[in-house]
Amino acid sequence: MSDVPAEVQGWIGQKRYEEQGEFDVERGYIFTSCASVENGNPIFWSDKAANEVTDGPIAPPTMISVWFRPHHWAPGRSEQAQPLQVHFDLKEKLGLPEAVMTDNTITFGEPVRPGDRLKTWQVLRSVSEPKTTKLGAGRFWVIDVVYENQDGGWVGTESYTGFGYRRD
Amino acid sequence: MDTQLTLDQVKVGDALPELAIDVNPTTVVLGALAARDWRPMHHDKDFAQERNGTKHVFINTPHNAAYFERYVTDWTGPHGRLGKIQFRMKDSVFPGDTMVFHGNVEGVETDDAGCGWVQLRLWLSVGDKTTTECNARVAVPAREGDNPWKRRGDAWKP
Repeated sequence: MSDVPAEVQGWIGQKRYEEQGEFDVERGYIFTSCASVENGNPIFWSDKAANEVTDGPIAPPTMISVWFRPHHWAPGRSEQAQPLQVHFDLKEKLGLPEAVMTDNTITFGEPVRPGDRLKTWQVLRSVSEPKTTKLGAGRFWVIDVVYENQDGGWVGTESYTGFGYRRD
Repeated sequence: MDTQLTLDQVKVGDALPELAIDVNPTTVVLGALAARDWRPMHHDKDFAQERNGTKHVFINTPHNAAYFERYVTDWTGPHGRLGKIQFRMKDSVFPGDTMVFHGNVEGVETDDAGCGWVQLRLWLSVGDKTTTECNARVAVPAREGDNPWKRRGDAWKP
């Protein structure tokens, strides 16, 4: 860690990028997501099933990150907004132009429902010593993303392990 | 309502039915866009090859998660509620691959709130290579008439 810039070391454990999703949770994306994996679970397709099982429509739990991914473009935005901004900050500050995600852990809380507007924040948990993989030389890092609904209810936490690297 | 698994029907060592999916470029792009993931390595083959050093565009992280969710709840039925999912992507999945989902029951328990839990070891293979390893903790009805989705607050311990 000694050669990790002090600015990056200072991010570890800090709550960063607290923000609200740019749009309400909505069923169009729920249907598109289910279609993308041919998920025929009736609680996502049938109001009757949703009312019986989940007290009304919900989103598939694994869609949790979808609700805070920014639009590709928006009026007045001069640079493309990035989801998981801490990941991109690390790439820049550590001089590692490429990156992939290797591990993902998601713990699910209250169901996410159409009409919810989620809030999220990110916490850098760790940065590894330099490592070399078949992709190149770089570092692994772990970032947690916490999600709440508009009532302050915890709906989930994601933990990502990323590998930033340089192809030499 | 579709198939509904209850905890008494599950035992350690049970195998989930395999699920095979033929992957093409549309599979990858559809999943990326459904997840609002606009990064080019999931839709631009030239970028994926030149910048990521991969042979083609590849399935992204949330799409991988959505497939595992579908695989688990195809087995549990609609009352199955995911508590936790952890996966490690050891290799990417590309157009032209046939990916196959596999799973085994590793644990069965009832927590102190009365919620029935199944611990699953899942994995995704392409040919003889395991590309993703996954552990999932899913709640299923502890008995007929129980519904994990009704659990709130301290009654939900994922």
